[in-house]
Amino acid sequence: MAPKRQKQKSSKRGKTKITLPVSEEAEPVNMESMGHPEIYPLVLTNKTQEIFNCRIDEDVTDEQPYKLIKKEDIFADFENRAAVSDFYPVKKIIQEYPGDELLLVYDKDFKYGLNFYLIGTEEGKENYLNPPEVPEEQEEYKEHIPEDIYIYKPPICKPWVSLGSEKEIEEELVKESTKEITYMISRKRSEFGAPVKFSDQNASSVKDAYIECTAYPDKNFTLKQLERDVGMQVVPKIKDTSTQTRWTYPKNATTQYYPREFSEEEKEALGQSKTLTEFLNNVSISVEIALQQNEIMNTFINDWKSLAEEEGTFGDKTDTHLKEYQSFTDLHNLTEKMITCVSWHPIIYGLIAVSVAVRLSFEERVHFSGKLLLQPSLILFWSFSDPIHPQIVMWDITAHADRIENIKADGSRSKNVTLKPMFLLEPESNKEAMYIRHCAVSSIENGHRKVITDIHWLPDTFEINRLGSVFENRSGISCQLVTCSADCTICFWDIRPQKALTPQPPTEKKKEESIEVPFDVPSTFLHLNLSWKPLSKVRLSKGETTLDHCPTKLSLSEDSLLYKAQDKMLAQSKATKAGEMNPYQNLEGGLGNHLKPIDDFCTKFFVGTEEGEVIYTDWKMERDPETGRFMTKKPVSLYTVHDGGVHTVQRSPFYKDIILTVGGWNVAIWKEGIMTGPLLQSSCAPKRYTSGHWSLTRPGVFYIGREDGYIDIWDLLEKTHEPAQSQNICITMITYIKPWTFSAKQQFIAIADYYGTLHILEIPWTLSRPSTSEVSSISHYFEREVKHLEYVEQRKKIREEEKKEMELEMEKKKVKTYQKSKEQLEAELKMDYESYLELEKDILIHLGLIKVKETMSYMEMI
Amino acid sequence: MAEVEETLKRIQSHKGVIGTMVVNAEGIPIRTTLDNSTTVQYAGLLHQLTVKAKSTVRDIDPQNDLTFLRIRSKKHEIMVAPDKEYLLIVIQNPCE
Repeated sequence: MAPKRQKQKSSKRGKTKITLPVSEEAEPVNMESMGHPEIYPLVLTNKTQEIFNCRIDEDVTDEQPYKLIKKEDIFADFENRAAVSDFYPVKKIIQEYPGDELLLVYDKDFKYGLNFYLIGTEEGKENYLNPPEVPEEQEEYKEHIPEDIYIYKPPICKPWVSLGSEKEIEEELVKESTKEITYMISRKRSEFGAPVKFSDQNASSVKDAYIECTAYPDKNFTLKQLERDVGMQVVPKIKDTSTQTRWTYPKNATTQYYPREFSEEEKEALGQSKTLTEFLNNVSISVEIALQQNEIMNTFINDWKSLAEEEGTFGDKTDTHLKEYQSFTDLHNLTEKMITCVSWHPIIYGLIAVSVAVRLSFEERVHFSGKLLLQPSLILFWSFSDPIHPQIVMWDITAHADRIENIKADGSRSKNVTLKPMFLLEPESNKEAMYIRHCAVSSIENGHRKVITDIHWLPDTFEINRLGSVFENRSGISCQLVTCSADCTICFWDIRPQKALTPQPPTEKKKEESIEVPFDVPSTFLHLNLSWKPLSKVRLSKGETTLDHCPTKLSLSEDSLLYKAQDKMLAQSKATKAGEMNPYQNLEGGLGNHLKPIDDFCTKFFVGTEEGEVIYTDWKMERDPETGRFMTKKPVSLYTVHDGGVHTVQRSPFYKDIILTVGGWNVAIWKEGIMTGPLLQSSCAPKRYTSGHWSLTRPGVFYIGREDGYIDIWDLLEKTHEPAQSQNICITMITYIKPWTFSAKQQFIAIADYYGTLHILEIPWTLSRPSTSEVSSISHYFEREVKHLEYVEQRKKIREEEKKEMELEMEKKKVKTYQKSKEQLEAELKMDYESYLELEKDILIHLGLIKVKETMSYMEMI
Repeated sequence: MAEVEETLKRIQSHKGVIGTMVVNAEGIPIRTTLDNSTTVQYAGLLHQLTVKAKSTVRDIDPQNDLTFLRIRSKKHEIMVAPDKEYLLIVIQNPCE
C-alpha cells in the first residue's frame, strides 16, 4: 500500500489548532508556524490578571505591554488553582524555563489569536525586550559603513538553530504507512526431492489464469489522413436496355407451282403456223452465223492458263520411286509357300486378302496337277495394324482368290470350285487366326477336270442362260461365275438353285445327306454343295486338231447397261427386301423368271492361253448348220504374241477396249475390234515377266513384275519401247501385283512374291496423279497406233504389189541377158585381153623392169 | 411444217450444239430437243432475261431494239434470238 501523504502544511496554514486541554502530555502549541516558536498564546482571565498584576489597561498598557512574572508565582498559582490556572497549558514550558522570570506580553491586537502570550525562551525574552534597538542600530550602522573600508569577516561556525525546516523535510519523506506482511511458503517436507511432473497449460484454458491488456484503438492516437493520392478514371456509363418489337418469328412458307405447258395438239397447231416459219427463217441466219463463229474460234480461251499444268502437287515432284510402306509375312502358316493372288478389301481400309499355295516347281506342278494336294492351302487376311499375325485364315484347298464386294469365290488347284460368302467377317486382332471353312464345293463329276486357272464374277447387270444368251439381271447382285481351266473349257456357273430339269436319282440325295456339315458354316449354299453344275461350257478347240487351247486368263467386256433409274431402284429394293444378311436366299434359277433379253450385247471376250496366244472369241452358242446342235463359235481372232504362258489379260480402267496382255518375255496392248494385231508389242525383256497390272489412276502407266524381283513401271507418255522405271522389290519372283487407291493422296500397291511375303508400297505422287489431258493424250496415242497398224497393213499390200513387180522385172532382165550373141562375147574378150596387156606393161615400167624410151617418156611428160 | 423441222434439224446438227428450243412470247416451249424439265427451266429463265435485256436496250435508245443475245459461260454458250412472238434458244459447247 502506498503511503498516503498528507500535506500538513496546508491544513495548518488555514487555521491554528487549539489544543484541547486533554492531558499533560499534549504539547503546547506554539507560534511556530508564524516564525516565533517561543511564543505561546494564552488566555488570562481577570482573576489571573489580578493575581499577577497584569490587569489590562492598568498594569499592562500600550507603552508597557509586558510584564515579567516570576516563576515561583506561577508555581504557587498552579498549586492553588491546579488545572484551572490559565498557565496550565504552558506548564511544561514554565517548568523547563531556565530563568526565573517569564515574560508575559499583552496581545492587544490579538496578533497571535489570544489576549496574552508567553515567551517561552530566554532568548525570546531578550529579543522582545531589546528588539527595536537592533534594527535601528543596524540602519544607522549601514549609513556609516560604506565610507569605511569593507573588512572581510569569515563566517563563524555557529550551532545549527532549527528554524522549522526539518518539519518540511519530514513531511516530504516517504515513509511506509503500513507495516509489511511477510509470507513464507514451503512444501511438505515429504515432497522435497520428489520427481516433479511439469505440464503445459494453455493460459486461456483456465479462467482467470492470466490478465491481459488488450490493445484497443485509442482515439487519442489515431491520425486522420486528410490528404490522399488517388487516381481517377472516367468511365462511360453503360446501360442495357431492350425493347420488344412486333416482329413475328420467321415461318417457312412454300408455294408449289408448275409450269404452263402446251398440249400436243396445241404444239402441232403452232408448229404449222406461218408465223413460226417466218420467224425461223429470219432468225436462223443469225443463229447459224453465231454457231459458226464459235466453231471457227473460241475467242475466250486464255492461252496462258491452258499452257500450265495443274499446280499444287502433293509431295516431291522428283520422287518417282515406290516407297516401302509395310510388308507382311506369316510365320506360322507359311512354310515353303508362295502367294498366288492378292486382293484388297474395297471398303475397309488396310485389309488385304492373300492366297497362298505350296511352292512347287514346274515339274512338280505338272506331276501333281491331276491330284489333290494334301497340304492345305490358305487364304490369309492381313491388316495394316498387325504385320505379323494374319487376322483370319481360311482353311481351304484353294490357291486362288478373287473378291468383289463382300463375296468371295475361290478357285482351286484341284478340280472343285468352292464358295465362301463372308457375311460374318470381322477383322479383329486375334492372336490365333480364325479358320473358316468353305460353304460349297462344286460337283466333282461335272466340274473341271483340271486346274482352274481363272475365275471371275459376271457383273450384276446381266446374266446368261444355258445357251449363252444374255438377259437382264433383276436381282441386282452378281450371281454367276465364269471359270476357265486347263482342260480347255470355259464354264459358266450359277449360284442360285436351278429348277431340276431331270429328277435327281435318290441315291445321290442320300449321299448328300450323309455328308456332315460343320456347324459354323452358313447353310446358304447347301444346295450347291457337291452338286454344283456349270450352266454352260465353252470349249476352245483349235479346229481340226484334237489339241485344244489351254486358257489361262479371261477378260470379259465390262459394258454396263444403261438402266433406267426406276428399274434399278426396283431391283435394289427387291434385294433389300429379300433380307440384308442373305441376299442369296430368295434367288431362283434363271428359267423361272421371265427376263428381258438383251440383244445387242457384246458376248465376246479375250482369252490368254498357255502357249502364249491371245484369242478373241464368243461365248454365245450357235447352231451348227450341219449337225443342228448348239456349238461354240470359232474364235474371231488369234495371235501368238508371247513366248510363254499368258498370265495377265486385263482391261484398262480408263478405256473399255484396251487390253493389256503380259506373258513370257514381253507385253502387248490390244484394242478390241482391231483384228490386225496388237497396238503395242514390246521387245523381249532381259528377264521373264511374271505379273502385270494397269495403274488405277494414270491411263498410260502399267506395272510389270519380273522374275528377279524387279518391278518395271511403264509410262506410255514417256517411252514406249522400254520401261520408264525399274525398281527392286525383293529377291525372288514377283507373283502378283495389285494396286489400290484409298484416297487422292494415298495409293498403295501390293506386291506378292514367291517366298510368301506380301509387300505394300506407296505409289509416289508422280505415278498416281494423272496430268491434265492425259486421258486424251493416251487415247490419241492409241488412235495413232491404230492408224499405224492400218498403215502397216496397207504398206503390206503395197509391198506385196511392189514385190510382184520387182519379180517381174527380174525375170525380164534374165531373159534379156540370155539373148547376147557369140561375136559380141569374143569381141569383149579381146578387148579385155588388150587392156590387160596395157596394164601389165604399166606395172613393169613402174617397177623399173623395162626401160622406157626417153622420147616416149618426154612426150608423155609434155 | 416440214420447213420448221428442217431448219431446226439443221441448227441442231451444227458442231457442238447441245440443244435447241422454240419458245413462245409467254415463255411456253413449243419445240425442243431437250427433256421436259430442262426445257421448262431454260424457257422460263431466258424469257425473263430477254424481256429485261430488250427493255434495257430500248430505255437507252427508244429507236434501238434487241436483235440477239449471247450468254457465254464456262461450260457452254446460250444464244437467244428474240422476235415479236417467239424465241429461239440454242445451247452450244464451243470448245471441244
